[in-house]
Amino acid sequence: MNSLDQYIELYRLNREAIDNGSAPVLNSLRDEAFVQLGSGRLPRRGDEGYERTSVEDMMAADYGVNVLRVAIPADVAASFRCDVPNMSTLLGVVVNDEFHPLRGMESRLPEGVKFMSLRRAAIECPELVKAHYGTLAPLSDTAVALNTMLVQDGVLVYVPRGVKLEKPLQLVNIFSSPASLMAARRVLVVMEEDSQAQLLVCDHTQDSEQRYLSSEVVELCIGSGARFDYYHIEESSSLTTRHSQLFARQSENSNLLVNGMTLTCGTTRNNYSLDIAGPGCETMLSGMAIGSGHMHIDNSAVVRHLSHHCHSNQLLKYVLDDESTGAFGGRILVTPEASFTDAFQTNRNMLASSSARMHTKPQLEIYNDEVKCSHGATTGQLDAEALFYMRTRGIPEAEARNMLMQAFMADVIDTVRMDGLRDRLRHMVERRFQGADCSDCAASCREVLTDD
Amino acid sequence: MNDILIDIKNLHASVEGKEILKGINLTVRQGEVHAIMGPNGSGKSTLSEVLAGNPAFTVTEGEVDFHGKQLLELSPENRSHEGLFLSFQYPVEIPGVSMVNFMRAAVNAKRKYLCEPPLTANEFLKLMRQKRAIVELDNKLASRSVNEGFSGGEKKRNEIFQMAMLEPVLSILDETDSGLDIDALRIVAGGVNKLKNEDNATIVITHYQRLLDYIKPDFVHVLYKGRIVRTGGPELALELEERGYDWIKEEVNA
Repeated sequence: MNSLDQYIELYRLNREAIDNGSAPVLNSLRDEAFVQLGSGRLPRRGDEGYERTSVEDMMAADYGVNVLRVAIPADVAASFRCDVPNMSTLLGVVVNDEFHPLRGMESRLPEGVKFMSLRRAAIECPELVKAHYGTLAPLSDTAVALNTMLVQDGVLVYVPRGVKLEKPLQLVNIFSSPASLMAARRVLVVMEEDSQAQLLVCDHTQDSEQRYLSSEVVELCIGSGARFDYYHIEESSSLTTRHSQLFARQSENSNLLVNGMTLTCGTTRNNYSLDIAGPGCETMLSGMAIGSGHMHIDNSAVVRHLSHHCHSNQLLKYVLDDESTGAFGGRILVTPEASFTDAFQTNRNMLASSSARMHTKPQLEIYNDEVKCSHGATTGQLDAEALFYMRTRGIPEAEARNMLMQAFMADVIDTVRMDGLRDRLRHMVERRFQGADCSDCAASCREVLTDD
Repeated sequence: MNDILIDIKNLHASVEGKEILKGINLTVRQGEVHAIMGPNGSGKSTLSEVLAGNPAFTVTEGEVDFHGKQLLELSPENRSHEGLFLSFQYPVEIPGVSMVNFMRAAVNAKRKYLCEPPLTANEFLKLMRQKRAIVELDNKLASRSVNEGFSGGEKKRNEIFQMAMLEPVLSILDETDSGLDIDALRIVAGGVNKLKNEDNATIVITHYQRLLDYIKPDFVHVLYKGRIVRTGGPELALELEERGYDWIKEEVNA
């Protein structure tokens, strides 16, 4: 029996309940997804693009799925209090897979802008959802099909033509359940012509005792001339498994930033599939992964240049400590139509322990001569000379290490185009590194006394 | 006579199994300036790295008393807190770490070691301003990443600026004159002289007499093949400038 069978069985037995807890537009793709799953299998370790991570294994455990939509209370404040304070955002919360707007949020949204439950949107404005839902994420992808078969709710972001949202939207994903749980999460973003918005998504787990599995599909439809930032920060527990697939399609002269930060997790696989489909686009994919303990973080990116005069950049950095493992697969595809492409990819990794492991696979696939492309991947250790230099100035080794690791991440944080978030990320990364290695943070006064 | 600051006895050290220092003996007292000269590969830089605690070098024999502490038993950071400072021949660039954060971490680590409260932001910035003036270091450099994109002269000025911030009792200047034009040399040497007082001491490692025109040594030592083979007054430096090292090599090898 493979991992899929339990979900196929679950769907067979609960088809009606799943439909009833959702909306017709979302239900309309389930059967096709179900058929796809019958002939497919989840990627296994060693499959092309999955050299280091088995989605099959990630989904193998017997998780519960809340098909009956039993309400689960979540202490919202407790979960994100430490996250991004002093930043004024329009906040929505997803508890497991169900969207809750924060009180008064909708009245603060500009005219026509939607930041709401995908299920509710599918009922209230079915045409809008139908026109975009499932258009970027292909059902031929088994994990997408699984998500589509089971998803009951999600989030819709819709910004109409010409509207520029000043306040960032913030979405807090929280896992909270008395038993182990799988949530099919879905985000649909529709940016119409010349619109602008920023969305910050954070993943949290409310308790670290339960096993959680997040199967997430994100679709970003970026209209011509639109500008959109998508930030994702994961701070989940070591028992959390996350499989996320982001699909974006950019129309001409649009500007997209996708930024993913894995600060803590169990096993995480993020797929980024970015189609640059119109001329004159700017695309930035940046991210960081900080691994410790037994964390496993795998990011896989494909940037497809389908049109001419576009510029894309990828910057992904990992710092791995303890027994953690990281993987990065990055591909730039330049099609024959994509003349005058500038496409760059940088993956830099630092191993902070002798047992941490990094696997990187940068790829270029170019079918056009009028391009400027580069990729570079390096994996190394902390700069011993810099470390010694700092210690000769009296900076204790642990602190010097932390400062160097933070410095290593500085240019990733600099790609963030939201001022408050940039400052906050510096602090979060600093705190993360201190937590990872604080063996002699408080001891030094005492040491002096014993030295004498 | 003034108190002994550092007493190096029969110091042997090796790197990757190769012995570089073969029995260094050197005593430096408060208020003194010692110059260490010698041909390339004689072990001058190794001596400074070993004293600062570079883990790439292994001490195989000998001991170093640093105003009552066993220097070789201290970590590099505690050697700094105890008042040792090394001005690097090649200051290291640290992209992403700003000079301000770097210096604040250094100053406050020392204060913590001495069980003093950390400086407030205002106190710290005031201190930075005062000390910057000593080597005419531009405020713009202070806000950049440590040594990143600094010219050779700026890097050396930055070393002396750090020295001014940390107020060491013993400073080792490792080829501080290398890569400096005459104006930068004057500024750097001027900074060192301003920081000199009767309680601290300086060891100047250099190839050339030129620097010693600006920083006047009380003693000049010649290091060759891992040993101090000759010690004299300032006139020894002048003699070396004139005659080179060959006559000393011949004497030693004879």
